[in-house]
Amino acid sequence: MNILIVGVGGQGTLLTSKVLGKYAELAGFDCKLSEVHGMAQRGGSVVTHVRFGKKVYSPIIWEGGADIILAFEKLEAFRYQNYLKESGVMVINDMEIYPMPVIIGAAVYPDTIKDSLSGKVKTAFINAAEIAIKAGNIKALNIVMVGALTKMLGFDFDKMSQAVTESVPPKFLDVNQKALLDGYNSIG
Amino acid sequence: MKKLLLTNQAIAQGAYESGVRVVSSYPGTPSTEITEAVAKYNEVYAEWAPNEKVALEVGIGASIAGARAMVCMKHVGLNVAADPLFTIAYSGVNGGLVIVVADDPGMHSSQNEQDSRFYARSAHIPMVEPADSQEAKDYVGFALDFSEKYDTPVILRTTTRIAHSQSFVEIGERQEYPLRPYVKDVSKYTMMPSSAKGRHIVVEARENKIKEVAETLEINKVIYKDKKLGVICAGAIYQYVEEALPHASIYKLGMVYPLPIQSLKRFASEVDECIVIEELEPFIENQLKANGVNVKGKDIFSLQGEITVATIREKMCGEKAVKGVDAPVRPPIMCAGCPHRGVFYILNKLRCVVNADIGCYTLGAQAPLSSVDTVICMGASVGMAHGFRKANKDAKNVAVIGDSTFIHSGITGLINAVYNKSAMTLIILDNSTTGMTGHQEHPGTGKTLQGDITSKLDLYQICKACGVEKIDVVDPYDLVNVERLVKENMARQEVCVIIAKRECELLKKGAKPYCKVEDCKNCGLCLRIGCPAIAKTDKGVKIDKSLCVGVDCGLCIKVCPFNSIKDAREDN
Repeated sequence: MNILIVGVGGQGTLLTSKVLGKYAELAGFDCKLSEVHGMAQRGGSVVTHVRFGKKVYSPIIWEGGADIILAFEKLEAFRYQNYLKESGVMVINDMEIYPMPVIIGAAVYPDTIKDSLSGKVKTAFINAAEIAIKAGNIKALNIVMVGALTKMLGFDFDKMSQAVTESVPPKFLDVNQKALLDGYNSIG
Repeated sequence: MKKLLLTNQAIAQGAYESGVRVVSSYPGTPSTEITEAVAKYNEVYAEWAPNEKVALEVGIGASIAGARAMVCMKHVGLNVAADPLFTIAYSGVNGGLVIVVADDPGMHSSQNEQDSRFYARSAHIPMVEPADSQEAKDYVGFALDFSEKYDTPVILRTTTRIAHSQSFVEIGERQEYPLRPYVKDVSKYTMMPSSAKGRHIVVEARENKIKEVAETLEINKVIYKDKKLGVICAGAIYQYVEEALPHASIYKLGMVYPLPIQSLKRFASEVDECIVIEELEPFIENQLKANGVNVKGKDIFSLQGEITVATIREKMCGEKAVKGVDAPVRPPIMCAGCPHRGVFYILNKLRCVVNADIGCYTLGAQAPLSSVDTVICMGASVGMAHGFRKANKDAKNVAVIGDSTFIHSGITGLINAVYNKSAMTLIILDNSTTGMTGHQEHPGTGKTLQGDITSKLDLYQICKACGVEKIDVVDPYDLVNVERLVKENMARQEVCVIIAKRECELLKKGAKPYCKVEDCKNCGLCLRIGCPAIAKTDKGVKIDKSLCVGVDCGLCIKVCPFNSIKDAREDN
């Protein structure tokens, strides 16, 4: 199973990979995670790779190798679409964060991302921020995304729930469990 | 017990389990987390040093005093530490000494993609390279044993993809290694010509011995599969080869210097075609070719950037990698509210030539601030600005450096500028942390690696002691005074320092105020500060209140000529 998590530096994608790593551990899989630190984190485009299965070698997913792309931002989903397998799926947070070239008018934010991606692969656009706010805290957006992924890939919900419990601070547990469930239910 | 660990944490765990007593490092992506993780073990003394040269000297001191020691740095840090490196190779060790160096092929967060393996070869120091977290932990122990057995420091090399990946690690107990007795030995530890001549002979003999040992080392593994193709590789590349070429036979090197030449020669002769796959330089390939081994390598793979599973498949199997689409780039940027922004806005406005340095403020090069002219290495801004002025006394240039980088290697440049009667302005962007690598303490923050209170280096007094007479401290959000001081100083015929002092915005906690827009004329002037919280729309700019830090920064309020941007708290 190859999961590519993409987003914008500062969106909390690292907790998502931590939960998925914990899930892999609970499910008894071999697992590798790969993340980017340093300069790339400062509002730049960020990618986290999560791979698990019987035996995992490369910590990095290759172009055309991802079973799912979990995108925290629309343009990032668009950017990394070549990493998806032909049979792959995408869960996309329906949110736009303008990169600096767009802010200063040197580039245009593409307005056809939704149609373009939906025309090629199986996609689910969710408003993760809204779901997270309803669950009690916008910061639980990343766990909403995990919930949606759990449904989309048919993962064991109870195990994922346990993975969340073991990955978040106890005082945020209730909010995150609700975020997981609401994210799960957001996928029809 | 098995645990998912970042390789950098696994290296820390390896140091802990293998009885390391002293760790000294300077932060640098992708090596920083090792020392942060080591700091959590009470049994290990760990510290941030002001630079990598000092860190290595601390490690050498601890080793000669009899302790197991580790020092960690990124690839360019090893350049700074190269002076002690070449000579500790002569002295050898007492307690085991492992030097961790993290290379960054593809330059995720670096100014070059040098190949540190050449340091091992030129300094005659063995180098090991793990391929996952478990190996990283194991190789620390191996390196320390090897160091003590063969009386040599050992370098452990990682690359970004290994350093920043997680895989399962078997957690073990700490084994204590009592302090080895220190015995005075001028011929070994006092490197002056009379003793160093003798030691050079020892170094060559040691290397010949290790070359023999390498032939049968367990960490060098041969995995026989189909013999049509054989691949020689190490580190992350091994993992990619297993994935991309599942049928190929593999010679996986654990020790990348010195190479087991005879054993590799045998492997190459046993397969129909033998290829070395390595990132960056043909380090392994050229040594094999020099020894008459028939291999291919850089005639197939690039000297630049990272190798991936997809590039291996493309080059070896002719499978084209799926191409990416055209999308607007998203470069890293200064955060909303970053105190560096005000200074770069003014430097851009005044059209100064900016000799900048390594840190978050390198991002001052990005549009729309676009105010950085030169970046070379840690500390270079100061020396370069002085050189600029000596070459052209009318040059309109300033040096810009961060607090941690100034302490790392900017101070000597400042001493030089004053001593040699320069006329230059240095701006120290003092945000009281090492920002880019993720907020590490340094001598100017008044806290140790563990967060304990300690003596705080006073940058004003340091500049004064260097002989600078004109020193001003200014709030970087205060655009009027920043502009006034830069103009004033550039006209003076002496070395001037401006300390632009304000804490990194990311370190602030609690609820933030924000700015709001009313009756925007859409003139676009506020977009010139390059704040990620401000975006242009057809009806005027909008401010993202989740990113904006409000009137404390207020740069947009200051640059708006129509008073259209206001402090949102005025509503209350």
